Amino acid sequence: MSDLTRLTAAEIGARLASGAVSSVEVTQAHLDRIGEVDGAVHAFLHVDAEGALAAARAADERRAAGSPASPLDGVPVAVKDVLATKGLPTTCGSRILEGWVPPYDATVVARLRAAGLPVLGKTNMDEFAMGSSTEHSAYGPTHNPWDLDRIPGGSGGGSAAAVAAFEAPLAVGTDTGGSIRQPGAVTGTVGVKPTYGGVSRYGLVALANSLDQAGPVTRTVLDAALLHEVIGGHDPADSTSVDAPVPSVVEAARRGADGDVAGLRVGVVRELTGEGYQAGVQQRFDEAVELLVEAGADVVEVSCPTFVHALATYYLILPAEASSNLAKFDAMRYGLRVLPDGVDAPSAEEVMRATRDKGFGDEVKRRIILGTYALSSGYFDAYYGKAQKVRTLIGRDFAAAFERADVLVSPTAPTTAFRLGEKLDDPVAMYLNDLATIPANLAGVPGISVPSGLADEDGLPAGVQVLAPALADDRVYRVGAALETMLTKAWGGPLLDRAPDLTRGDA
Amino acid sequence: MPDISRDEVAHLADLARIDLSEAEIDHLAPQLAVILDSVASIREVAADHVPPTSHALPLTNVFREDVVRPGLTVEEALSGAPVEPEQQRFSVPRILGEEA
Repeated sequence: MSDLTRLTAAEIGARLASGAVSSVEVTQAHLDRIGEVDGAVHAFLHVDAEGALAAARAADERRAAGSPASPLDGVPVAVKDVLATKGLPTTCGSRILEGWVPPYDATVVARLRAAGLPVLGKTNMDEFAMGSSTEHSAYGPTHNPWDLDRIPGGSGGGSAAAVAAFEAPLAVGTDTGGSIRQPGAVTGTVGVKPTYGGVSRYGLVALANSLDQAGPVTRTVLDAALLHEVIGGHDPADSTSVDAPVPSVVEAARRGADGDVAGLRVGVVRELTGEGYQAGVQQRFDEAVELLVEAGADVVEVSCPTFVHALATYYLILPAEASSNLAKFDAMRYGLRVLPDGVDAPSAEEVMRATRDKGFGDEVKRRIILGTYALSSGYFDAYYGKAQKVRTLIGRDFAAAFERADVLVSPTAPTTAFRLGEKLDDPVAMYLNDLATIPANLAGVPGISVPSGLADEDGLPAGVQVLAPALADDRVYRVGAALETMLTKAWGGPLLDRAPDLTRGDA
Repeated sequence: MPDISRDEVAHLADLARIDLSEAEIDHLAPQLAVILDSVASIREVAADHVPPTSHALPLTNVFREDVVRPGLTVEEALSGAPVEPEQQRFSVPRILGEEA
């Protein structure tokens, strides 16, 4: 049965439709795989075998009655622990929410359930999505299935590792500065950040409201598109939700898989290549661009001069929003409550201070303090105010670039996966991982990361990123699928076929 | 660029209601100084006339139909309380000072 875990979600959907397998069999196969490898990978914070199998049985009944809820009815999915799941623990990787069981579902989760996807469990993440390695999880890091001594990226390293290790065919992540795309790049998987507002944020525990966006984490571009159509679309419960139909991303992925990019204008962003990018990452990227040229795309170089300030802009805007958002963790209505040592009858405020000290990890404290600083009187104009202006300039750079190109491309992350612990106490070095992914969040545009190959120097996966104008998510699927088809052909099979077999102890 | 001092970090932690220990302040203050230094370039980039952006896709006047929708029950709303609720209310530590 273990081969069921090697199928794509699209293939599972087809086999469920034909009756070749049942959802219970597929779901059980993934639960078995989780039991087998997750001790080493640690992609999951919570596994819900009972709930997943109950949902699978319901899916099988719908299929038997000839009324499947969606093309993915019965295909299991893993959900990042930042999305509220009714009846299932939701910790955001933080001690402050240890044991919290939400009384409601996030809209994304409600849509997964309505479409019939059994939820396997909740995936590990950097605490409150602050990080690029999952090492900031209060529950221990996730390990990269390609090399268990290395980081799986972050913040959504759990979701990416779960699909890379064949523990789930599909996962949902969230991307505030690259937390879907960068883990995709370093684990050899596919990740999509939709247009800001394309997927509801209701029930997504906010890191930075103006940047957060949930999206698909998968092994193929078509699977990402199928999942996108399930979770995307307008939600009246999210005031920033775009009131427009979901772009035809499945159709775009199928069209792209035929290699159809003739006449497409592709812009290589000068500021997102070259210096600071690992040689093997750059080399695989250059080859991917060459494939697009051979397929008839019209490749031009574009310049986005303000992008060099995107990282600094992000690390002012994000902490400012995060420090406000995390003020709600006050130890009164849910989550952890810690009484201060040696204080008789402590006040609510003393309890709050003690709880926040015990409940938050170092990176969360760093960013709350930085955000408090950036928003404090005397510094507001110099930092937060300036950052908002630079955000405008970054949006203008995108607008100018999209005059000359239909899509923009760059390496997704500057390096392959680094070793666990290597950058843990060097915040600025950690932040550099998001160099290429952050501009898209600041401008709200969609982006995809697809595997570009293995870097020569370390044999680890790298990713190529495709960005498109807001609401043109279909373009990233089209180009992503074209790249996937051409590269998979060049490799002679999917990149993940070369990942170590985690059950033989040779990882 | 005003460097961030140890005292300033202690003050900011106070504003953010985090009870940092002396050791934590010693650990975090130099890191925060490095982070602030790395974002300093931002101050020279945008001219005064550039308008700020708060949201990438600005939407205004977002309304929904004013209809009654089911909400959480009292039990659901109280289900995450860190200590046992009393009389359908959250139980919290004292809010006023001893002398009040």
